Amino acid sequence: MKARVVVTLKSGVLDPQGKAIEGALKSLGVEGVASVRQGKVFDVELAGADASAAKAQLQAACEKLLANTVIENYQIDV
Amino acid sequence: MKAAVVVFPGSNRESDMARALTQATGRPPSMLWHADHELPAGTDLVVLPGGFSYGDYLRCGAIAGRAAIMDAVRAHAARGGLVLGVCNGFQILCESGLLPGVLMRNANLRFVCRMQHLRVERNDTAFTRHYAKGQTIEVCVAHGEGNYEADDATIDRLEGEGLVAFRYCDSAGNVGGDANPNGSRNDIAGIYSNGRNVLGLMPHPENLIDALVGGTDGRGLFESLASAA
Repeated sequence: MKARVVVTLKSGVLDPQGKAIEGALKSLGVEGVASVRQGKVFDVELAGADASAAKAQLQAACEKLLANTVIENYQIDV
Repeated sequence: MKAAVVVFPGSNRESDMARALTQATGRPPSMLWHADHELPAGTDLVVLPGGFSYGDYLRCGAIAGRAAIMDAVRAHAARGGLVLGVCNGFQILCESGLLPGVLMRNANLRFVCRMQHLRVERNDTAFTRHYAKGQTIEVCVAHGEGNYEADDATIDRLEGEGLVAFRYCDSAGNVGGDANPNGSRNDIAGIYSNGRNVLGLMPHPENLIDALVGGTDGRGLFESLASAA
């Protein structure tokens, strides 16, 4: 089974990399960019076939390692 | 004082740290590997040195913070044992839950490598007895992720309970402004745990122990530790 975990900075946490990308897009003439926030994507292959078990496993993975919940949120798509 | 330095894949300041500890304590520290499960019997101080553990993959210090040896380091800290984390070591302490908050990318996105003045916030801890309260010391910084961040409640608690160890300042002791190299909240360069037996800081006192290479203001920290146990 394939799953995707998306980790993003919580709103309100300063994201200097997102700001730099936003500035670069503007300087490239890409119109209409209001703001950019940078995050991470993890594509995970799981051995089992049970979606709810997979979600629980990935939630544990996020809490233990993939996200720093002081500053980051995560979203799991199985 | 029996010290131990933990080496992770990608640590690179462990020899500097060992030199500073040897100079102050008169005996070389034990060098531990990240996959070890125990500290040597009688260890008083555990040091997590600087570097780029696991290549800074995922987040700085994230993978090292979950290494096998860290369970032993957490148990040591819970017993009141001394723990020092410098630079990447500070990042590892935050990721391991031994210190609150997180070190984020420097606000100006640049790796900063320069001499840096710090103000010693208190001198009644095992790490700072050989300094004066409010003393300005000159050490160095070398990091890309030293921007200390925590939620407002945590910052208020650190400030209210006197857990800020060092702040960035200029040579005259004025805190903040251009003296802050990374955008750190409240110009925080280092913090203590609740029991003040765990210290994490971004600057490198271990590199300022010899007049031949820039100064000796870092010695006070190691001499304090040497006399602490």
